[in-house]
Amino acid sequence: MIKHQKPAAFYDTFERKEPEAVSTHYCPGCGHGTVHKLIAEAVDDLGIKDRVIFHSPVGCSVFAYYYFDTGNIQCSHGRAPAVATGVRRVHKDAIVISYQGDGDLAGIGTSEIIHAANRGENITVFFVNNAIYGMTGGQMAPTTLQGQKTLTTPTGRDAGRDGLPIGMAEIINAVSSPVYIERVTLSSAKGVLKTRKAVRKGLKYQVEGRGFSFIEILSPCPVNWKMTPVESRQWMSDKLEPVFPVTCFRDAGSTGNPIDSRLDVHKAIASEEIPFMNDKELITLLNGDSPIPNIEILQLEEDQLVKIAGFGGQGVLSCGTLLAKCGIAEGIHASWLPSYGPEMRGGKAYASVILSNDEIGSPVIDDPNVLLAMNGPSLDAFENDVVPGGLIVVNSSIITRKVFRDDVAVLYIPATDIAAGEDLVAAANVILLTVYLRYKRVMPIETLKKIIPVSVNRKEFVAANLRIVDKALEYYETISQL
Amino acid sequence: MSRILMKGNEAVIHGALTGGATHFFGYPITPASEIAQAAAKYFTASGRTFLQAESEIAAINMIYGASSAGARTMTATSGPGLSLMAEGLSYLAGAELPAVVVDVQRAGPGLGNIWPEQSDYNATVKGGGHGNYSNIVFAPNSAQEMCDMTRKAFSLTDTYRMTAIILSDAYIGQMMEPVDIPETVISGERKEWAVYGDAKSRGNLITSILMKPLEMSNHNEHLQHKYRQLEEDCVEYEEYGTEDADIVMTAFGICSRLCHTVTMIMRKEGYKVGFFRPKTLFPFPGKAIKRLAEMNKTLAVVELNTGMMADDVELSVHGCSEILRYNWLGGIVPTVKELAERVAADLKKSGKSRKGGNV
Repeated sequence: MIKHQKPAAFYDTFERKEPEAVSTHYCPGCGHGTVHKLIAEAVDDLGIKDRVIFHSPVGCSVFAYYYFDTGNIQCSHGRAPAVATGVRRVHKDAIVISYQGDGDLAGIGTSEIIHAANRGENITVFFVNNAIYGMTGGQMAPTTLQGQKTLTTPTGRDAGRDGLPIGMAEIINAVSSPVYIERVTLSSAKGVLKTRKAVRKGLKYQVEGRGFSFIEILSPCPVNWKMTPVESRQWMSDKLEPVFPVTCFRDAGSTGNPIDSRLDVHKAIASEEIPFMNDKELITLLNGDSPIPNIEILQLEEDQLVKIAGFGGQGVLSCGTLLAKCGIAEGIHASWLPSYGPEMRGGKAYASVILSNDEIGSPVIDDPNVLLAMNGPSLDAFENDVVPGGLIVVNSSIITRKVFRDDVAVLYIPATDIAAGEDLVAAANVILLTVYLRYKRVMPIETLKKIIPVSVNRKEFVAANLRIVDKALEYYETISQL
Repeated sequence: MSRILMKGNEAVIHGALTGGATHFFGYPITPASEIAQAAAKYFTASGRTFLQAESEIAAINMIYGASSAGARTMTATSGPGLSLMAEGLSYLAGAELPAVVVDVQRAGPGLGNIWPEQSDYNATVKGGGHGNYSNIVFAPNSAQEMCDMTRKAFSLTDTYRMTAIILSDAYIGQMMEPVDIPETVISGERKEWAVYGDAKSRGNLITSILMKPLEMSNHNEHLQHKYRQLEEDCVEYEEYGTEDADIVMTAFGICSRLCHTVTMIMRKEGYKVGFFRPKTLFPFPGKAIKRLAEMNKTLAVVELNTGMMADDVELSVHGCSEILRYNWLGGIVPTVKELAERVAADLKKSGKSRKGGNV
């Protein structure tokens, strides 16, 4: 039975509208007032007034916060489901209502409503469909009927130009996650009673934590339809309802409904919730489990401007981080700049690592004094950039040509072959790095050996990497004696 | 405290979590994606919330919701995503909601490319969306600052009820450097204006609509007053060698790293070159820049855009001093050598080419 006193979820007077106001801003015969009242009554009956956070849209109901004595958020056009998602993720116990019109939800906001539905957000959406843009004065809505005259369809909506009216409940019904989808109508007293039930059900399901409810309410707009309130109700049942069938599309709460299994999914998600870490736990998490050891304070003879280049997958970037971490362990300054994005996916990778006694300014290396070339294209690309007197370490397993320059030191190391001998082809990068550090005596090789265990991601490869370092040193001894 | 080698983008999340952030909403975009990835890892593991939104529009509106609900919340993006967030940024400003947005700048306009530019200067420092508003804009130039400025931003954004933007770039975001992880967490407190879905906050309304012109005008005046207060309280910059300099290289972000190196090299060679870096772009260190101009320093503004900050420098000095504009576009970053030659040439041209400055 519909009550006649003002629900407690409404303000006594609408002070946000103007002092002492008792009437709404809605036009005579408009359906919003009815929907507002049905919601307010349901909020009263469920005893959830303090918990409600009401999201008003852009459109005629933009001022819903004039009336609802609840928490209120006014949202940008079409985005209420995203805003409601943000609120939902902060307050698990709040009752989150998104109230939207047809321009807001079915036009500008289709993306937000579909994805909020698909995430199964535990919110209730009231979609008031009156087949026209009311607030802006009567332009075409996505739900405007074929042939219907509006300010932007003066000769009537033309399906050939504008498409046909869009059924949002049907679209939401194509999404698996929602628990309750129903279309109701305000065209008759009976329809209003059914709407009252649907509004309650949508809110009750949220209180019970069941998930996403979507209630589409066909609603009259006599002023913009240019009809009397009575005519407009007749038009709804004659014209609107045949296009937008009034029916329950899905109700997970009713017995025997196959969607019931969905409730278990929601429960499963809830049970996996990770506890909120305290400050100490958080700091421990952020510090990670592989701190870089402090070894000694090293003074470099000169800044190391190292370019490491090769195919993607040759460990170019990780070789760079290994070197940078060695620098940090030694107490010197280090920076690492990668190639990134599609360039990487194209298979060309390089990293620029700077080690310096002083604070590092530019992390960009234009003229490296060390080039570790893992493949031919890298040598071609960077050979000429190396400063005179610099060092080029060539992976001679893959690069068949010699270095053209005669003003730089060159070491030819069959790194891929040596690494293959140890069943770890991916560690050819470590071989070039070891030889470079040894040749230039940048830092003790012991530092590298201490950093490998904290730098190699897959712990089962630590031992093999350490073995590779020794192999590299062995090979270096053979060539340095020549 | 431990030092960890990490990308600037990852450092953002370390700063955010130690700055009390609890909710991250994001959408992947190069070169900012590592921020969302690190958030997915660390926000989730620590029982905070990470959610991948369906678009940047949804992400910024989820932030609008989470911030309305009193949470310390953030997102990260790059140019095209920032454009989509423009409306949301305006609503956040209108409703005076705190939020932190990281922009790892790439080249534009349009889809542009993923290499560094600084061409979102106007879109962030001047607001970005419609209406009269400003954001707090930090300009980090290292992985450490990506952490520290993000951490600090959360407190500032709560205090001033404004969006704070961390205006980074592709190099500062992608670069790895050692980062000292902060040892404490600065958590947010309950906000008396936010909606919590409880009796105490039931009367609260989050909105940016003010239908009466006088109310809207007053609200605007209030916002402007807040921005002027920020200019008094929160300007940050650093300078080096400006006292004896003939020319002061003025830059933010990645360009400030280049200018740092150029300054060091040229001073060793005896050139009187100085260096000035705004760490906040809004509020802008206009007074400090004016002081340099009054000392008759030439200001060489180095940017990866068409001279957007140089415009603000010009406004600050009111024609007091010569402003040079060094600009690169499209993802091209000048070499240190190129930049040093340009400075030397301009010093010579201006007849100020005195050597003998101290290092």
